[in-house]
Amino acid sequence: MTQLSRRNFLKLTGSSAAVGTLSLAPIAHAQQGIPPLPPGSTTLPYPRELVTKLSELAINQPIYFSYPDDRSPCVVIRRGREVKGGVGPEKDVVAYSTQCTHMGCPVTYDQEAEAFKCPCHYSIFDPDNTGQMVIGQATENLPRVILEYDDTEDALVAVSIDGLIYGRQANII
Amino acid sequence: MKQFKDRIPLPPADAQKTNMACHFCIVGCGYHVYKWPANQEGGRDANQNALGLDFTQQLPPMQLTMTPAMVNQIQDHDGREYNIMIVPDKKCSVNKGLSSTRGGQMASVMYSEGTPIGERRLKYPMVYSGDDWAETNWEHAMALYAGLTQRILDNEGPDQLFFNLFDHGGAGGGFENTWATGKLIFDGIQSKMVRIHNRPAYNSECHASRDMGIGELNNSYEDAEVADVIFSIGGNSYETQSNWFLAHWEPNLRGSNVAKKREWFPNETVGKGKVILVDPRRTPTVAICETIAGKENVLHLAIQPGTDTALFNGLLTYVVDQGWHDEAFITEHTNGFEEMLTANRMELDECSRITGVSRADIIKTAEWAYKPKASGHAPRTMHAYEKGVIWGNDNYRIQSAIVNLAVATHNVGQRGTGVVRMGGHQEGYVRPPYPGGRPAPYIDQELINGNGMMLTVWACNAFQTTINAETYRQVIKRRAAIVNQAMAEARGGSIDELIDIIYDAVKNKGGLFIVDIDLYRTKFAEYSHLVLPATHPGEMNLTSMNGERRLRLSERFMDPPGIAKPDCLIAANMANALKQRYESAGDVTMAERFAGFNWTTEEDAFNDGFRMAHEKEIDSQGGPTGHLATYERLRMAGNNGVQLPIKEYRDGKLIGTEMLYTDYDFDTDDGKAHFQPSPWNGFPEVVQQQKETYDFWINNGRTNHIWQSAYHDQHLAFRKGRYPMAQIEIHPLDAQDIGIANGDIVEVYNDYGATTAMAYLEPDLKRGQVFMMFGYPNGVQGDVISEWTDRNHIPYYKGTWANLRRIGANPAYLRDVSFKRRRFS
Repeated sequence: MTQLSRRNFLKLTGSSAAVGTLSLAPIAHAQQGIPPLPPGSTTLPYPRELVTKLSELAINQPIYFSYPDDRSPCVVIRRGREVKGGVGPEKDVVAYSTQCTHMGCPVTYDQEAEAFKCPCHYSIFDPDNTGQMVIGQATENLPRVILEYDDTEDALVAVSIDGLIYGRQANII
Repeated sequence: MKQFKDRIPLPPADAQKTNMACHFCIVGCGYHVYKWPANQEGGRDANQNALGLDFTQQLPPMQLTMTPAMVNQIQDHDGREYNIMIVPDKKCSVNKGLSSTRGGQMASVMYSEGTPIGERRLKYPMVYSGDDWAETNWEHAMALYAGLTQRILDNEGPDQLFFNLFDHGGAGGGFENTWATGKLIFDGIQSKMVRIHNRPAYNSECHASRDMGIGELNNSYEDAEVADVIFSIGGNSYETQSNWFLAHWEPNLRGSNVAKKREWFPNETVGKGKVILVDPRRTPTVAICETIAGKENVLHLAIQPGTDTALFNGLLTYVVDQGWHDEAFITEHTNGFEEMLTANRMELDECSRITGVSRADIIKTAEWAYKPKASGHAPRTMHAYEKGVIWGNDNYRIQSAIVNLAVATHNVGQRGTGVVRMGGHQEGYVRPPYPGGRPAPYIDQELINGNGMMLTVWACNAFQTTINAETYRQVIKRRAAIVNQAMAEARGGSIDELIDIIYDAVKNKGGLFIVDIDLYRTKFAEYSHLVLPATHPGEMNLTSMNGERRLRLSERFMDPPGIAKPDCLIAANMANALKQRYESAGDVTMAERFAGFNWTTEEDAFNDGFRMAHEKEIDSQGGPTGHLATYERLRMAGNNGVQLPIKEYRDGKLIGTEMLYTDYDFDTDDGKAHFQPSPWNGFPEVVQQQKETYDFWINNGRTNHIWQSAYHDQHLAFRKGRYPMAQIEIHPLDAQDIGIANGDIVEVYNDYGATTAMAYLEPDLKRGQVFMMFGYPNGVQGDVISEWTDRNHIPYYKGTWANLRRIGANPAYLRDVSFKRRRFS
């Protein structure tokens, strides 16, 4: 296993509104062209990043982090029951980008409705069904952070993203 | 699987850029199409891509919408491959850069070999040999079509030639195509045996409003931004006119437009907009309105189904009794007020009893919408109605009742007001006058009764979108099979011998020869004998107008699949083939009827119809000034186009009309608006009987994921994955009573038929009322609807009661479909 990094870990439990405080301010980047794929690869070079320890996740309490870089806010939730795409011993942990695929507004997790809601154009996404859009104006489900669970370290590790993150040409800038 | 998942190609700075009004709903959002060679990509630096955005950084929210669904790879006929990207136009006043979930997928529905859409698009004319389909060419297809048409026309007359026909704008419609088909059918064939795409006769869904002198699209979307009150009747705008709601209603309801109102209406009391929604169901739009405006600014009148006429008559009575109507306006610009009032008078208690709306809420409605404001001015109330009215209990009567109230309170011809239909498709009507009377023949019943020998189904699919649909399908299939049997015995025969055999089957054996013209081999096409491949916007140039009469040109940017053609050129092919046959037969008179189709492009059709209404007798939504619009001028006008009617062309710009009737010159013989008596008269007998017999009212309509009959959507994983079967919303306690859980397959049945749906539990539904998706390929709600129509043969899609029965669970639905609540709160 590659060395895990916590540099992008951002723990904002409880208040879903807190995600709105994430800075999306542009950061100057030297790279201008389309980033090349690694030779022999058709997939983007996603980093492996520690998200959190499973033991730190309370059921239905979102924890916010960023992945694959610090400008891409994400959320991880332990649902307390097996859900589609879930990882961990109970197959109940899922993670998503919190930028709505429609126009990038921060979706908030509604603990009662058990769904993500976008305050800008009222789209709703289902964490229990691979981010499926329940209703709304997006044309894509919520991008799903693909997780792996390392039981030796009780670690939830982000390894890639399924779906294009809002506001990017490619998920890896 | 998607071609692009976590990265997409950017258009280079020099990519071709063209205009596109959305194919789908009435709103007609503006989009730009970028096209560039597939072996090139724009760079991420702002000056290296056509979007002018810096993709070296994470873009902030609200900068754009650019998703994998908005890109695709296509191949033109010359073998060159291109990438396309279709993104919303920020400068379009309709959508202001917003995309809906339907329009946002336009790139995904363009023809691309190897995709599900590409696999299923029709590419060549196809003939059914009696037991299998064979691809053919246009010459062969036209010889068969024109030959059989001529045979029936000469021997039986035009009334045996039936048509199921589009009449709208957007994809499967547009001014070019409505004109060409109308010219062929009304001038050439001269048949009156025509029905319109989702109704069983040739009619308007707004006869009442038009008879009263008020065209149904009489304001601008901007009026929703400055109205004091938006009065929504039988609509669900968030899901069905999404960007009208989000770009125009939303800021008003949020209170963002107060300064604009002050500027527009000085000295008048203005404030945050309020909204009144009439709907038996608490729709997703009701929930979102409450989120935006606060519950105190939203009034949901959850009326008993089918009682709208009583509601509006009761409101009118109360308003007049309070003196909130505009007597001066009524005296000067209308007639028939007293007669109408006498006929329609309904006291509050009776109104409340019939509609189920409390006295307090009726009074509150009247006070919000019609009681003079603190400044003494009447509120500016925009009335907008849609399928709850259009397909409600007696379309003509309800609409009269609504327009009566709007006119009596002077909510027409002034900014911030209007009495408009919200609309389904875009519009695009230009045809010679319909040769039949009013009411027009009830074509579905004519077919069921064995009439008609040849049926041309043009860009519509009544197998999914008609009333009494099960019976209709059964008869069509049985009659088509008679022709199949005959055709199967015509091996090796010439076209004329085949025509002899088909003619015998339709003339003497009760058969029906069916031709289907479409993008796909629809369910209806499966039972046809000849299928012709058509195109949609992007593969052809097409003009349409939206719900505020905004005319735009959607430009062709790619080749159609195979040898598919625009509908207007297919109609021209038919006409030219008929002309040739009559000329060969020496029948000059008949040949002349099919003259005037010497077109090579869709622009020729536009110039021949839309631009000639000042010279010929043509029913055109462009009116006599349509000739001012040319393709070139419309290209220049871009996605903002021009609002019809065009006033003038000045300084290189088309100048249009934002609001109708500002001069109070209404569309009647005397120029006055005409009130119409529309007393409440209860339910049609057949519906009343159903109501008394069955347990559930089967409300029905669209969801925002799916456009119309799902003709594209059924092939797209994002859409079909969400709704593998028509969903039916049901209250959890009702579901519990009959043992139904989320995802269960449910049979819906009554004395008219049976259909199936996927249960979706929703506590906002009233007990005894369910809501089923309309017109879905997998679950046709029309199967359980009676054949009853209003006086103009407008169907009562909303008027059916049935029982439900659990069939069982489908584990895949439970696994793959979300059953989370669809109400935002």
